[in-house]
Amino acid sequence: MTPQRAAHARLVTFRVVVLGLVGLFFVVPLLSMLDFSTRNFLTSGRTGAAWTKLVTDPNLSGAIVTSLVLAVLTVVLMLVLLVPTMIWVRLRVAWAARPLEFLCLLPLTVPPLVIVVGLKNVVLWLNYLFGDTPYVLALLYVVLVLPYAYRSLDAGLSAIDVTTLAEAARSLGAGWATVIVRVIVPNLTTALLSAAFISIALVLGEFTFASLLNYDTLQVAINLQSKSDAQESVAASLASILFAALLLVVLSVVSGGRGRRTARRPAGRAAMTTGSPAPSAPTSA
Amino acid sequence: MDQGDELSADGTTGTRGRRVARSRLSRLRPALGVLPFGVYLLIFLVVPTVTVVLGAFAEEGRPSLTNLAGLAEGSVLTALANSIAVSAVTALIGGVVGALAAYAVVTGAPDGALRRLVTSICGVLAQFGGVTLAFAFIATLGISGVVSTWLDAHLGTSLTSSVWLFGLKGLVLVYAYFQIPLMVIVFLPALDGIRVQWREAASSLGASTWQYWRHVALPLLAPAFLGSLLLLFANSFAAYATAAALVSQGSPIIPLWIRSALTSEVVLGRQNFAYALALEMIVVVALVMTGYSLLVRRTARWVR
Repeated sequence: MTPQRAAHARLVTFRVVVLGLVGLFFVVPLLSMLDFSTRNFLTSGRTGAAWTKLVTDPNLSGAIVTSLVLAVLTVVLMLVLLVPTMIWVRLRVAWAARPLEFLCLLPLTVPPLVIVVGLKNVVLWLNYLFGDTPYVLALLYVVLVLPYAYRSLDAGLSAIDVTTLAEAARSLGAGWATVIVRVIVPNLTTALLSAAFISIALVLGEFTFASLLNYDTLQVAINLQSKSDAQESVAASLASILFAALLLVVLSVVSGGRGRRTARRPAGRAAMTTGSPAPSAPTSA
Repeated sequence: MDQGDELSADGTTGTRGRRVARSRLSRLRPALGVLPFGVYLLIFLVVPTVTVVLGAFAEEGRPSLTNLAGLAEGSVLTALANSIAVSAVTALIGGVVGALAAYAVVTGAPDGALRRLVTSICGVLAQFGGVTLAFAFIATLGISGVVSTWLDAHLGTSLTSSVWLFGLKGLVLVYAYFQIPLMVIVFLPALDGIRVQWREAASSLGASTWQYWRHVALPLLAPAFLGSLLLLFANSFAAYATAAALVSQGSPIIPLWIRSALTSEVVLGRQNFAYALALEMIVVVALVMTGYSLLVRRTARWVR
């Protein structure tokens, strides 16, 4: 009994030490941001000046609005393009399922930096069509959010019997549009929500495309602002981290509650074997 | 719509030919539904990738190898070496620390609150890169950072007067912030595959803890661990935003070379040099990811 207890004690110590140290590494920068952004460097007291500037500074608040509008545009565009296509492929074009998956997951292996290098000509052409507005970025952002949105939607579609639902609706006289919009989509609420949330989080954190194509989005503004007011940049960074974290935590509560009821193991294995789990997001962000 | 296809067959061909044409038509008609998305992907994903590959082999509209030759120039080679070094070191640090953290999590209750908390936090942190991450570390260890000021005052270091954070060492530290959580996410399933029974079997046959790890657990985990390292390597090699915000001058790594090639239009006197750099990046990432998927296939054989 004693050697076992000693082994158990060693294991507990190991867990506490490892998780404690790693936790420290992750918490300290966040706390430092809070401290740094509220510090008054003149009187060594506290000030909320950097935080109020998030609303009052036109450079930053303008960029925040641009990024939020971009997030909404990207979500709408992504849903309009991806949802009907994925449902349609499941129902009628089964041979396209593998190519679709391959293409949707491709942005995980082709870095965003490479895509933006190749997009220069496409963007010139978009500017010719739509004018020089930052909102053309929404068209490009759909590519970035594609792998994540595809996974959420694919999981949602796999959980319901699309074919039976469609056949039932068709036999009652529904057209294909009715089948998709009024029968299948209402069954996908969780998947649609998670696809939308992760897209919003990615768009709000996106820097690569916007900065290299010279559009003033939130992250570009944060980066520019740091030259004149580092505290304001840090406050804006912390605010955007907290907002994205809130979105993703809500998302994991929404989708985790459902995932745990179905078996946990297969889900974990799927993450390993589909080849590309949540990587490359930092590269896109 | 099926019925519509049947009725619309025209009478000009023979019965057989008509049937073939009709079956081909009914096969293709539904495919029109994927056309909008297909066109979108073509313009925004396939065209850019092909542009990069073709552009790397051309200069001023004519086939040329000058851009690729530029990759062999000293400063570009140094940047490649730096990129590989930073990626390898962060992959190793992230891999080892992440694996230890994953083990600490997996030895707890399989469906416990700790595990749920850690996995969802890691899900958030692995997404957290870029400008905001750079500023998190500038606020912590930068010139007037909270921790660097404290360390200078209490331990006599000279962090506040040093710019190490804005060089390669800084990149390694900052990248660890998203590499460790990513490692936890990808390595947890592999650790889940290790059965308690194996340990019991080993110890009932007289194996010590060391022998169990040396001959059973580590050989089983090795492919998954190496695969995860490759994934982390690719992740760090392709990362741009964090480095761009942290390193504002010079181009010590390949992604920042791409920035200067894009923003100054003509680098080393070559218009298409950005394409060549991007192609180099594709090649490295593709090689690494191929290795990754081979190792994953190996792991999948026993993680059931």
